[in-house]
Amino acid sequence: MSEHRDVWVFSENYDLMLELLTAGNPLAADRSSKLVAVLIGSEIEEKAHELLKYGADKVLVADYPKLKDFQIEKYLGILTSLTKKNKPEILLIGSTKNGKELASRLATRLETGCTPDCSTITIDERGQLLTKRIVYSGNAVVTATYLKKPQIATIPHRAFEKLEPREREGEITKVEVTVEEPQVELVGTNRMEVANVRIEDARIVVCGGRGIEKKEDFKPLQELAQLLGGQTSNTRPLAEDRKWFTGWVGLSGKKIKPTVYIGCGISGMIQHIAGMRDSQVVVAVNKDPEAAIFEVADYIIVGNLYEIVPAIVEALKKALKN
Amino acid sequence: MPRIIVCLKQAIDVSQLKADPATGKLIMTSVPQKISDFDKNALEEAVRLKEKFGGEILTVTVSVEDAKTSVREALAMGADRGYLITDKALEFSDTLATSIVLAEAVKKVGQCDLILCGEASIDGFSAQVGPRMAELLNIPVITYARKITLENNTVIAERVLEDRYETVKTKTPAIITVTKEINEPRIPSLMSIMKASKKEIIYWTLEDLDIPVNKVGELGSGIKIIDILAPKTERKKIVIEGESPVEVAEKLVKALIQEGVVGR
Ligand SMILES: Cc1cc2nc3c(=O)[nH]c(=O)nc-3n(C[C@H](O)[C@H](O)[C@H](O)COP(=O)(O)OP(=O)(O)OC[C@H]3O[C@@H](n4cnc5c(N)ncnc54)[C@H](O)[C@@H]3O)c2cc1C
Repeated sequence: MSEHRDVWVFSENYDLMLELLTAGNPLAADRSSKLVAVLIGSEIEEKAHELLKYGADKVLVADYPKLKDFQIEKYLGILTSLTKKNKPEILLIGSTKNGKELASRLATRLETGCTPDCSTITIDERGQLLTKRIVYSGNAVVTATYLKKPQIATIPHRAFEKLEPREREGEITKVEVTVEEPQVELVGTNRMEVANVRIEDARIVVCGGRGIEKKEDFKPLQELAQLLGGQTSNTRPLAEDRKWFTGWVGLSGKKIKPTVYIGCGISGMIQHIAGMRDSQVVVAVNKDPEAAIFEVADYIIVGNLYEIVPAIVEALKKALKN
Repeated sequence: MPRIIVCLKQAIDVSQLKADPATGKLIMTSVPQKISDFDKNALEEAVRLKEKFGGEILTVTVSVEDAKTSVREALAMGADRGYLITDKALEFSDTLATSIVLAEAVKKVGQCDLILCGEASIDGFSAQVGPRMAELLNIPVITYARKITLENNTVIAERVLEDRYETVKTKTPAIITVTKEINEPRIPSLMSIMKASKKEIIYWTLEDLDIPVNKVGELGSGIKIIDILAPKTERKKIVIEGESPVEVAEKLVKALIQEGVVGR
């Protein structure tokens, strides 16, 4: 057991990797070990130096032209050989969908456990990793620990904030790798509608639900979002059943934690709440005084969204002018 | 003609969960169980492939408790035969241990073209079992598929990622995990429910699969759960009232500005 040491982080998403460094920092300090970032790609030397500034003690760099684009099996093969050789004690992986597949497969190869989508990670009194995450469609928080090593956890975007970069000493090591031939071939990609891209980054999210009857009626919500410098999103039925949008907020969609969340015509089913529970301030507009979303709201407005939302837009224009 | 294995989990119906108000602990006894939502989509997709190409659908379920009502429902939806691996030793198994059991069961069921799973289970939502089985069986995996096309020994699928769709292809046999978008699972007719009662459910134990007990339960697992509590949310729950929408809106805007989250 004791042969395992150091805290490693990896994500194919560079921004998320910076956040993982923030997550890994206190763990490495607690374990008196190094924080190691694994950087895979092509022509990435500059990034390697940057990772030191964001908190890495050491960066392992696999820099090859054929690693330019992320491909699960190629990256998985590299991570497998690096982790088998160096035996990290803790491994944090970014919780993108691809990251979660990669983490599950790596954990299987290393015959260990993996906790997905952790919102909190700490070290317990026995020196073991302790994780918290939401389960049962947002109805419960499960605390778990590990029985095997390495201890693998995936961390969602925005669970941690990247540090302020500063000049730090650190080590950059180029690694030699053999690249596995992928079993799955990429034939093509299609971008999704821009409105739902990076909703996790929006400071303010105006979210619409089935209370909105037509796609055009989303306009006032968009206007409100624009005024606030935020973005709009929606519940799953508006994407899945009505096909107005491609993404949604919730358990099976995006997890957001904006400064302000404004939910309009949303009932507040647990699956949706699971995606917005961590918002700082929650405003809910619903015509049904019994709507479940009011249970998780700071500001409750019982009323018709078709009247309330345009009124908020006007009130805001007035207030912002003064 | 394709032979398709569908992995079905019997999960608790999360919408029926309640917490003990005093301790915050979830009350887990007598929560109703059902086929995990996305697994039903996986089964539906298998039934649709069978309607097109013929072949055979076999379900595999690993469970501490008896899950035969769920398997019966799967048979009524169109599966041909159900395999149920039930063993008390499976208690406290995590995804590492469960995937080993499922993979061994799949091997014993025999040659197949596709293994379909849900993208994740509705209770734990870890999305690990499909990818883990792929490693154990050493076959390709495609996760988060919202469309599947089968052509001889090639499968083409459309994956749903955060900001894009990907079209990918691989050779069979392969594992595919499906999203809820892929289809609308059918509700079995009375006729098919009756017919299903004649279909076979095969029971296996760990011994039947030659799995040593130290590969499952706490010994075989990488993760140990310490507690499961209802999440705490403390919200202000301030009801904003007024004579008119304008008045209500102005009060809200004022409150948000006072909180310092809006304006300037
Ligand atoms: C496995 C699974 C996963 C899921 N994952 C997600 C997920 O990730 N995200 C998600 O959002 N959903 C998810 N769902 C669906 C979820 O259960 C709910 O069905 C969905 O969130 C409801 O969307 P809604 O609130 O828009 O619609 P509804 O529940 O129909 O609510 C509409 C609300 O609008 C109000 N209303 C109507 N007209 C007006 C008006 N004029 N003014 C004001 N209020 C009005 C009504 O009072 C009602 O409360 C999932 C479901 C399952 C089974």
